[in-house]
Amino acid sequence: MTHSLRNNLNLVADPQNLDQSVDEVFNMMLGVACMPEAEVAVHEDETITSVVGFGGLLSGACVFRSGGLGALTIAARLTGMEFTEIDDTVKDAIGEICNMLAGAWKSKVPELSANCGLSIPAVITGRNYEIHVQAPEFRLHHAYRFEDALFDVTIICDGLQ
Amino acid sequence: MKEMRVLIVDDSSVMRKIVERALRQAGLDSLVVMEAGTGAEGIEVLRGQSVELILSDINMPTMDGLEFLRQIRAQELAIGVPVVMITTESSEEHVRQAILAGAQGYIRKPFTAEQVKERVLPLLAAA
Repeated sequence: MTHSLRNNLNLVADPQNLDQSVDEVFNMMLGVACMPEAEVAVHEDETITSVVGFGGLLSGACVFRSGGLGALTIAARLTGMEFTEIDDTVKDAIGEICNMLAGAWKSKVPELSANCGLSIPAVITGRNYEIHVQAPEFRLHHAYRFEDALFDVTIICDGLQ
Repeated sequence: MKEMRVLIVDDSSVMRKIVERALRQAGLDSLVVMEAGTGAEGIEVLRGQSVELILSDINMPTMDGLEFLRQIRAQELAIGVPVVMITTESSEEHVRQAILAGAQGYIRKPFTAEQVKERVLPLLAAA
């Protein structure tokens, strides 16, 4: 049986799916409600980014990015521990957040859920880096806040069958 | 009540801790929790210990959770021990594959402690 997502592009690229996924993950796993931010939220020099790749009917990535302070707050809420620096546990926590966001996002569209796999999360830390994708099919980019934690989530689709 | 042992297999140490915390929140304070960061480590644990329940991630590097499950069944480790998969993959096809590989339950990430309790308590009660 041949599957195609191209006929359902409006559903796949629906911005509400991303907001619902963020709400679901942060409510269930951290017990917090996130507020959407109008602009790109992360202005700190040092940022932490996690990337989970999509493969299958849709190829692309889910990218989660936050400043260092936001990452510490998120990791603390997720684990119940306290952190003063971005150590391996914080990186692991941010990777898991991105993994759950990617899974929650693709589960909003049944055909995507069944025919699109997820990669293991990759985590990047540092300053002044950007992720480039040439001519994506579509790109969703939303910023959020809870307490002092600012972060943004991007869904990049660079291939759709 | 006899001492209950649970093995949590997940490549994320954070997720292993979250699952353990959810089990404690479910009232299973006296549970002995063992952890494995890979499927191979999980097999090693099961060669030396008996457990009443296994909770395993699916999406792991090197050996994924389904392969881990097939291996323990093929090697006749943890015979009769229920396995619950905890994963971001939630399509019917993924659930079907997990059941075919021998899983008794499925918990989708993100999850609440209440959902973990609902899936795990009946299995432990029957152990």
